Amino acid sequence: MPDVPTEQFAQTLADPRLQLAIYSATQRLIDHRAAAVAVDRLPDYQALRTRANEIKRHTIEHLDYYLEQLESNVIAHGGKVIFCRTGDEVADFVLGLAKERNARLIVKSKSMTTEEIHFNDHLERHQLETVETDLGEYILQLAHQRPYHIVAPALHMTRYDVADLFTRTLGVDKEEVPENQTKIARATLREKFLHADIGVTGANFLIADSGAVVVVENEGNARLSSSAPKIHIAVAGIEKLIPRAQDLAVFLNLLGRSATGQPLTSYTSFLSGPRRTGEIDGPDEFYLVLLDNGRTKLLSDPEKRQSLYCIRCGACLNHCPVYRKIGGHNYPWVYSGPIGAIITPQFHGVAEDSWLPFASSLCGACAEVCPVKIEIPKLLLKLRSEVTEAQRIQGSGALERLTFWLFAWVMTHPRVYRMLASLGAKWAPVPPKVGPLKKWASTRELPRLAPKSFHQLWGERRGWP
Amino acid sequence: MTAREQILTGIRTALGRTGSASSLPAPLVAPLLRDPQLGRNLYIQVFAQNLEKLSGKVFVVPDGGAVPGALRELLRGKNAVASNAPFLKSCGVIGFEQVRSGFADREALRDSCASADIGITSADYALAETGTLVMLASPAEARLISLLPPVHVAVIPQSRILANLDELLATIPKPAEQTSSMVLITGPSRTADIEQILIRGVHGPGELYAVVVESL
Amino acid sequence: MPRASLFVTCVVDQLFPQVGLAAAEVLQRVGYEVDFPQAQTCCGQPAFNSGYPEEARKVAQHFLGVFRDSEYIVVPSGSCTSMIAHHFMDVFPEGSNERDEARRLGARVWEFSRFLLEVAGVEDVGARLERAVTYHDSCHALRELRVKDGPRRLLAKVRGLELREMDAAEQCCGFGGTFSVKFPDVSAAMAGTKIESIRKTGAETVVSVDSSCLMQLEGVIRRAGLPIRTMHLAEVLASR
Repeated sequence: MPDVPTEQFAQTLADPRLQLAIYSATQRLIDHRAAAVAVDRLPDYQALRTRANEIKRHTIEHLDYYLEQLESNVIAHGGKVIFCRTGDEVADFVLGLAKERNARLIVKSKSMTTEEIHFNDHLERHQLETVETDLGEYILQLAHQRPYHIVAPALHMTRYDVADLFTRTLGVDKEEVPENQTKIARATLREKFLHADIGVTGANFLIADSGAVVVVENEGNARLSSSAPKIHIAVAGIEKLIPRAQDLAVFLNLLGRSATGQPLTSYTSFLSGPRRTGEIDGPDEFYLVLLDNGRTKLLSDPEKRQSLYCIRCGACLNHCPVYRKIGGHNYPWVYSGPIGAIITPQFHGVAEDSWLPFASSLCGACAEVCPVKIEIPKLLLKLRSEVTEAQRIQGSGALERLTFWLFAWVMTHPRVYRMLASLGAKWAPVPPKVGPLKKWASTRELPRLAPKSFHQLWGERRGWP
Repeated sequence: MTAREQILTGIRTALGRTGSASSLPAPLVAPLLRDPQLGRNLYIQVFAQNLEKLSGKVFVVPDGGAVPGALRELLRGKNAVASNAPFLKSCGVIGFEQVRSGFADREALRDSCASADIGITSADYALAETGTLVMLASPAEARLISLLPPVHVAVIPQSRILANLDELLATIPKPAEQTSSMVLITGPSRTADIEQILIRGVHGPGELYAVVVESL
Repeated sequence: MPRASLFVTCVVDQLFPQVGLAAAEVLQRVGYEVDFPQAQTCCGQPAFNSGYPEEARKVAQHFLGVFRDSEYIVVPSGSCTSMIAHHFMDVFPEGSNERDEARRLGARVWEFSRFLLEVAGVEDVGARLERAVTYHDSCHALRELRVKDGPRRLLAKVRGLELREMDAAEQCCGFGGTFSVKFPDVSAAMAGTKIESIRKTGAETVVSVDSSCLMQLEGVIRRAGLPIRTMHLAEVLASR
């Protein structure tokens, strides 16, 4: 297939340490999730999934209504709402605010949305120090790398990688014990939290009836980012909305369990606006930045808009046999795994990385574990037909098109089918090792056409002519 | 057109609608809040079990007067910051010499918390099924006391224990009406970001204690 | 005598005809006259999965004609059954006669093990095979047809057979049709994980309800020179 990053795939597949890291990390998450949603622990797991899907469907299909409700409630609680069409607009807003407030230092908690728009790069170009505070993301920031997994960003790195990194970038003595590495990060980042002018977080959920953001975490860095600095900015995609605070009963019961097997993560923050009168601490200013960046494009396709239901639990990545082999960095965008495979072509167009929807055996393990019941395999199939259609219009992929046209013709002409089969069995029982079949043949022993097909054998038994 | 207008118009177009949506054509079904299956008499026990599973420690004391005794060892040789929760005062927590309390100024509070060994708070609710403490920011409870010091101690009356998140949301349908911050604390701060090894006390407290007062 | 029409699938027809013969044998043994409509070819899945729904539609249309009069269509393949029962509808336009026909067809098409258990109502087909085997849950059968316990119940009644579960039973073998041709390294790596799991059981044979899975595993097993055999469930049940 054109533009498949075969070299990179091969490198990843040939690295036994990396293969083991990916496999065992995902296996842990698989096992923990299975225990947390088992029928004796969460008897109505399937009912919750169905309800979550319904709530998301309703919300997405009335997204304008709920966005307006969200906005008016944020404002009522003393916050401000900034709508941004692109990542540039987000950066412009934050830079503008930072300039107005004389801000120099920003602390950030984990947010895939900000990765999506290269937020840190934008800000660093304008000399605004932006520090990732989630341990895994902090490590990646120091290493200038992309997250490997939605929930476990530094999955691919060892303690030795971290030791080298810390020595190189922080100037500390070599420290290879993870507990001590964590202490180093804690001490360094504690200073940043206490001196930061602005805290930026993502949001797992936006609550329309409350004007609130919900941030789910285990470390405490999101709490610190949203509580220590005087300004809190939450950046979220417009699709993160759910209608009511009470709907969190459904979503929070699904999110932690699906992601890591935790019924609730260490901290779940429900934040609505700056601190109220009488509250002793908390930010003086709160801004909710709502990002489109192409989400309205996904919204316009009734069949595929369910992609927007995603709550970023990462379960589909953990269960995907393809992700578990190629890992997160072999996907073209920040969103990897099955969810990445369906949203990347929708955001970027099917002409780019056109191989991506085909990089799946359609095993369906993802759909089985998706807490909001996104029909991932169905959407992959839909995208595949969009890729071939785009190729047809463009005039590429003619050979494959012809192959399948011939396939359909042969399969609708039974006598031709039978004749070709018996010719093949006689003259070319093993498929020729040419073109795409050459690589296929390099990895396995090829099957042989049987000397007599079932048709022939059955016919002989029945005395057919 | 502003970005806001463009986005909202884009949404309406994408959904195949003309005109604005000022009301919902079809309302969403009522929230799914399951009734607690757990008997009230088991709340303390189940709460303790679940918090201890997460390496938290739970002391159950018969009445408010027994609270200082439960905390004496923990506080020995340490300095602590306590919140302004009236419950802490009535349980004699403020009486300890090494406990500073009564902060109304954000900067002073933050500096104290940054150097304190222990942060002591009450909690608005606790959730038995997950071993969770629920804290609403208020004049009585600042955010950073349960966050900056490496140890967090929460003293709560057992009457504040609810079964689970569903019961919490049935009790407080709209937390935003009461506070700018409601935090559900379920165990100590933790990470598994380095080689999937579980480490506690990354940014938030690595040790969590709950003192449950049975009579209140 | 009740009658069952056999759709052997193009993979079985061309590469593993013995599976078709075994399936017919077992069906006869449990009291069904086996009908084999000669004009059958393929279910169209290769085209559908490769993003050519129009080509798949043509093949599906042909299938509808061939099996129009069949009361029961038995298929020794989970993925083909799933294509027919669940995806034929996706290739015909909304509101067309063919789409309705495809919808009704779903009720008449049966994956082989489900036919035995739910239509013929038998668990013991009188089979005997003295061997240690492990069972691979083919993805479409498992997730789209809910075939999980059924084959295990059938295997439990095979005299002399020892079933050992592998830990990766539900993991994909890596075939995925054209996936294995387009991403051969990843496909082989997926098979490798599966085969390692099979080896750990010590079983000498891996059984499945899908010949394409078995073909995929066989290819990598033979390249690795391992003494593991592959057998379709029908072949196990036909053994005496």
